[in-house]
Amino acid sequence: MALKTIQSPIPGTFYRAANPGDPPFKAENDPVAVGDTVGLIEVMKTFTPVLAEEAGTLKGFHVENEDAIMAGQPLYDLEA
Amino acid sequence: MAEPESTIEIVKPGLSTTVQDLGRPGYYHLGIPLSGAMDRESLIAANLLVGNDEGAAGLEAVFLGPEIRFAADATVAVTGADMPPKLDGVEQPGWTALSVRSGQVLSFGFLKAGARASIAVSGGIDVPVVLGSRATYALGALGGHEGRALKAGDRLRLGRGRPVGEGRNLPAALRRKAEPVLRMLPGLYDHRVTGEATERFFADPWKVAPEADRIGYRFRGGHPLDFVPREPPFGAGSDPSNIVDSCYPYGSIQVPGGTEPIVLHRDAVSGGGYFMIGTVIAADMDLIGQLQPHQPVHFARTDMAGALAARRETAERLARIRDALA
Repeated sequence: MALKTIQSPIPGTFYRAANPGDPPFKAENDPVAVGDTVGLIEVMKTFTPVLAEEAGTLKGFHVENEDAIMAGQPLYDLEA
Repeated sequence: MAEPESTIEIVKPGLSTTVQDLGRPGYYHLGIPLSGAMDRESLIAANLLVGNDEGAAGLEAVFLGPEIRFAADATVAVTGADMPPKLDGVEQPGWTALSVRSGQVLSFGFLKAGARASIAVSGGIDVPVVLGSRATYALGALGGHEGRALKAGDRLRLGRGRPVGEGRNLPAALRRKAEPVLRMLPGLYDHRVTGEATERFFADPWKVAPEADRIGYRFRGGHPLDFVPREPPFGAGSDPSNIVDSCYPYGSIQVPGGTEPIVLHRDAVSGGGYFMIGTVIAADMDLIGQLQPHQPVHFARTDMAGALAARRETAERLARIRDALA
C-alpha cells in the first residue's frame, strides 16, 4: 500500500466543503474515486474543484479549511 | 501551392490562459481598457528570445500552465513567473529559446514563484487584430481568440517566424524579480481620508486577496481608512468612499468602503464613483502582475520625480534586455 501526497495545482484559498456548515467533501479514511471532489480552491473570483486523479483512501489532510495555499503545496495523503 | 498553416493546439487550457500583446491603448475614454500582458517586460523578453517583434502576441498563463501540442516546428520561450516549462515531459529552462518540433507537447510544472508565465512562440499568435491589438479583453469579449480565455481543443495559427539561435537566454541579472513594495503617488482624492489614515495605509502590511485578477488587484489585511466628515456632494453616493463619478486611471487605487484597496490593472473599468487614494507608478505595474494570492506587500509613497526616475530605470533595463538579445 503506497502512500502518495497530492499537491495543489494552483494557489488560493482552500475549502473542504461547498458551503460553510456543509459536511466536508471528504473525511479522513474516506474512499476516493477518480473524479471525486476533494476540496475547492478559490482564486480570481472562481472556485476550482480539486478533483482526484487517482483512486484510493484519503489518509489525512495537510491543510485546514480556509487555509491560504501555494501551488505545489501538499493537500492530502492518498493510500492507493 | 499554399504552405500548410502553422498551428498550435490547446490540449489543456490551464486556469486562465489568454492571448496577449502589449495592449490596446487609445480607447480607455470609451470604456475599452488597455488589456495586454499584465507583465509587459516579461512578454517583451520572451518575444525577443524567439526572434519576434516586441509587441507580437503571446500567451499569458496565470498560476497554472496550459498543455500545448505543436503542429509545426517552432521556437518557444517562457518568461515571467517561475513555472518550469516541459517538452514531452522533460523539464526545460525558463527565459531561454527552446526548439520545439512538430508533434511535441509543451506543458508546465507547478508554479514556484511569481504568478503569470509569458509564453512566446516564433511568429507570434496570429489572431485577428481588433482596434489595433491582438490582446484578449475577456470581460468585453474583445480581441484574442474569440474574445475569451483559451479552451481545450482551440487551435491557434502562428505567424511566420524568423530563424533564431536555439538555447540563447536572458542573463539572470536582467530577469526582473517580484518585489513586495508598490510605489504610488498620493491623489487625486486622498484628501477624503485623514492624515493618520494615510500614514497607516503606508505603514500597514497588505496581502493580495484571492479575488485579484486582470481587472483589479485587491488587497486586504490593513486597517480600515478613516474619512474626513462631509456632506455628500450632489451626484455622489452616501458612503464616505463615494465621489461624484470620475475617470479611473490605470494603476489607480480605489478603496470601496475604506476597507480593501483595489489597484486597477490592464482590464480595468475606466470610471466610477469610488475615491482613489493614489496611483501605482507605471514602473511597478508589471510587478503587480506577478503577485500571488496572500502575498504580503507594502505601498510606498513617492512623488513625480521618483516616478519618472523609476520609469527611466525601467527604460534602461529594457534597453539592456534588447542589447542582450539583439
